[in-house]
Formats: sequence, C-alpha cells, structure tokens
Amino acid sequence: MSITPYPMTFGATLWEKLNSINGFNVVFSNWDYFLEGSLVTLQLTVISVSAGMVLGLIIALMKMSRWRLLSSVAVIYIDFFRGTPLLVQVMLFHFGILPIFMDSGPFLSGVIACSLNSAAYVAEIVRAGIQAVDRGQMEAARSLGMNGSQAMRYVILPQAYKVVIPPMINEFVMLLKDTSLVSVIAVMELTHRGKLLYSTTYEAAWVWGAVCVVYYIMTKTVAMMGDWIERRLATE
Amino acid sequence: MIEVKGIHKSFGRLEVLKGIDFHVSAREVVCVIGPSGSGKSTLLRCINQLETVQSGHIFIDGVEVTDPKTDINALRQQVGMVFQLFNLFPHKTTLENITMAPVILKGMPKAEAEEIAIGLLRKVGLPDKDHVYPAQLSGGQKQRVAIARALAMHPKVMLFDEPTSSLDPEMVGEVLSVMKDLAHEGMTMVVVTHEMGFAREVGHRVIFMDEGIIMEEGTPAAIFDNPQNPRTQSFLSKVL
Ligand SMILES: Nc1ncnc2c1ncn2[C@@H]1O[C@H](COP(=O)(O)OP(=O)(O)OP(=O)(O)O)[C@@H](O)[C@H]1O
Ligand SMILES: [Mg+2]
Repeated sequence: MSITPYPMTFGATLWEKLNSINGFNVVFSNWDYFLEGSLVTLQLTVISVSAGMVLGLIIALMKMSRWRLLSSVAVIYIDFFRGTPLLVQVMLFHFGILPIFMDSGPFLSGVIACSLNSAAYVAEIVRAGIQAVDRGQMEAARSLGMNGSQAMRYVILPQAYKVVIPPMINEFVMLLKDTSLVSVIAVMELTHRGKLLYSTTYEAAWVWGAVCVVYYIMTKTVAMMGDWIERRLATE
Repeated sequence: MIEVKGIHKSFGRLEVLKGIDFHVSAREVVCVIGPSGSGKSTLLRCINQLETVQSGHIFIDGVEVTDPKTDINALRQQVGMVFQLFNLFPHKTTLENITMAPVILKGMPKAEAEEIAIGLLRKVGLPDKDHVYPAQLSGGQKQRVAIARALAMHPKVMLFDEPTSSLDPEMVGEVLSVMKDLAHEGMTMVVVTHEMGFAREVGHRVIFMDEGIIMEEGTPAAIFDNPQNPRTQSFLSKVL
C-alpha cells in the first residue's frame, strides 16, 4: 500500500488549490442558496408560462374574432406587452398598478407581470399556429354544421398544437431568462441572490459566473426536453 | 328542394355571380359545368353559406338560408358538402372523421355512430379502412371517405365541388360510381364537375355557367347534343 495512485494525488491537490481561492469558497459554500434561487426562477417561469398559455389562447382567439371591439383590445394588449420592456412592466405593475387592487408581494407581482407579458407572445404563437392549419379544415367543419367554437375545439386546435409546440418551448426558455428582470423588485430568484451575494463578497467573476452556469443548466435542460417532445410528436 | 333567386356575389370589386336563378327538385341531380373562374364553386358555397351573398335569396327545403335569422349551423347539418381537396381531418381516423359530426352535433352515442360509419364505409367500398388515418389513403379513397363523412349527417342535399378534379385518372371512376349509387338512391345532388360523361349519364339537368351567369340549362341531351348558346357550343367543343 505504499503506492499512492497519481490521479488521487492530483485530485487532492486540485481540491486544496481551489479551496484556497476565496471566490470558489463563496460559490461552493452557498450552493444551496443558488439552488433555492433557481427553484424560485423555475417556479416563476412555470407559473407564468402556464398562465400565459391560457391567457394567450384567449387573446389569440379575441384577435381573430369578427367583433371589432374584441380584436382591437387584443391588438392593443399584444402591442403594449411586446412593445415595452418587461423590466419597465415589472416596475409598473409592482409599484404602480397592483397596489391599487391588492397587497401584492414581489413574487406575486413578478408572476403577474411575467404572465401578462408571456401571454402577448403566446397569443402570436397560437395565432400563427391556427393560421397554419389549412383553410379547408374550417370549411369542412362548418359545412358539417359545427359552429365556430366547435370547429376550433375539435378540428383546428388539435392540428395547430403541433405547430405551436416548438415556438412555445422557445418562449419558455426566453421567459426563464427574462425572469431575471424581476430581481429589480427584489424577488428572491437566482439573479437577485447573485446581486446580494456579490454585494457582500465582491467576487464578481465567481458569483456571476456561477449564476450563468445555473441559468445555462436550466435552459439547456428545458431545450433538451423540448427536443425530446418534438421528436415524439414527429413520430406520432 | 333548393331555390336560388337572383343572387349577386362580389369579392371586393369583382362581381362573380351576376344574378343567378335556378331550382333543384327533390331527388334531382343537377350538374353545373362551365369554364374556370365562371363562379361555379362560389355558387355552391353560397348555397350552404360558406360565402354570403350581396343580394338575392336562397331557400333550402322552404327555409331561407340567406335570412340572417336562420340558424345556419342547424341548416348546414342537412346539406352535405364534398370538396375538391377532400378536407378530411388529418388528425382523426376515417371512422372518427365520419362519427365526429353526429356525435358532437346530434349527441349520438359513439357506438351507434360507429355502427353507422362502418355501414357507410362499406357503402363507399372501404370496409377495412376504418382505423386508418387519411394520410394513408389514396386520393380516391380519401374522397370516398369524405362522401361518407357528409352522408353520416343524413343530409337532404349533397353539394359536390369538382370531387374528382384533383384525382389521378385511374381513381376518378371509383368516386363517380359512389356518386352514381347515391343518385340512384334518390339523393338530391348539385354537382360541379368537368366529367361530362357523368353529367350526361347521371345528371337529370345540366347548367352551363359562364362569367357569373347561367348561359343555358336543360336536359343532358339538349345541352350536349344540341346546345343553343354559342358560348356553350364553344365550351363543349373544347372539353368534349
Ligand atoms: N375568396 C375569394 N376572394 C376573392 N376572389 C375570389 C374568391 N373566391 C373566388 N374568387 C374569384 O371568383 C371567381 C370565380 O371563382 P370560382 O371559384 O367560383 O370559379 P369556378 O367556376 O369554381 O372555377 P374553377 O373551375 O377553376 O373551380 C374567380 O375569378 C376567383 O378568382
Ligand atoms: Mg371551382
């Protein structure tokens, strides 16, 4: 037992060397702090995209409606949320609009702003998906006697969803990154935790580097799951 | 059964139907022929209100379809339509394509609808294709399923818009023969077609349309063997 294997020696010295770096210590000893932050980020994203999907579908249908009032409201909604920065929307809702109606904490404000914003993008994705379905499908459904909503529900939407899924996954990834903007109202998500940790340690490269790595792992995972779903749909 | 009175239809500035009058009796087969762009499809689509007319009146079985108060969805259930490009629902099997409307619109139990659908598939010569998706069918088979889908609602009238025009020649016969059976059973049919053989053999009356008006109408023999209008003569000389 006199021979120490080389890799082990190497590993041990590497560990010692890393431990002597302050930034590494800051990041490593706070791994659970980052993990919690990433969970908050995921929560924000999942809730906002889900709410955004429901609302976005409604807005898409409104925009395609024959009633001018409905379609105008939808057009203005989409224009507003896509034409102004999410960062500003977050502050507007948290400090300006929501306090009128309720006592909203930062997380709830963040979810509301992100959901409303996401809905505008989802609406355009859904509309494009619906319009990608051949016109003859709607005509066939209507000629059998279905009304507009029956045709939508049984014929158009079941065909549109395949077209909609890839851009929807993209929207998920984009929103996951954009939730970092709610750090401006002190939601304890990943970016805000990065700010706090940086302000006490000044290890900019290590802290922000670690934040990047965690974001990257999350977006990559979502993208890979998306690819898997797409492949399964393609073989269906 | 169908009564069309003085209908005018424009798309923007383009007037496509310039005053059309005709009627179709119960159990009658009327074939509509005419050059491309003459408004044949538009006329058919006005009958079941896929297009709305600017003026004029259309009645089906005594009900005015052009009256805004008419429940157009209920009315369409009685008017089957077959399209040039089939328009089957690609995400549903042939059986589901056929059962969908009766189940959703008539609240028919699924088992009963399927039994009817299987009967209809047998009738159009596709008894073994019930669990197949449209993508796996040939054009002729798709069109026969589309006919079965329309028949599942027990329509009083069937409208066909060039049902064989997008088919390979060897598949035209199988679709026409299904239509011929339907005609012999006494279905009221309006058929826009370029199949002059079918119009002559199966049609009770032939309507020749050109530039948005009915130029000539009469029995197949009168139209094909002894056309009066020079336009009809020149059209027929090109297609026959
Ligand atoms: N939705 C529409 N918008 C604008 N113009 C249209 C529309 N549908 C048809 N038209 C025009 O109306 C005219 C008649 O079209 P229609 O489809 O009724 O002709 P058709 O007799 O069926 O011709 P074909 O034999 O080619 O099918 C054409 O000039 C066509 O371009
Ligand atoms: Mg046509």
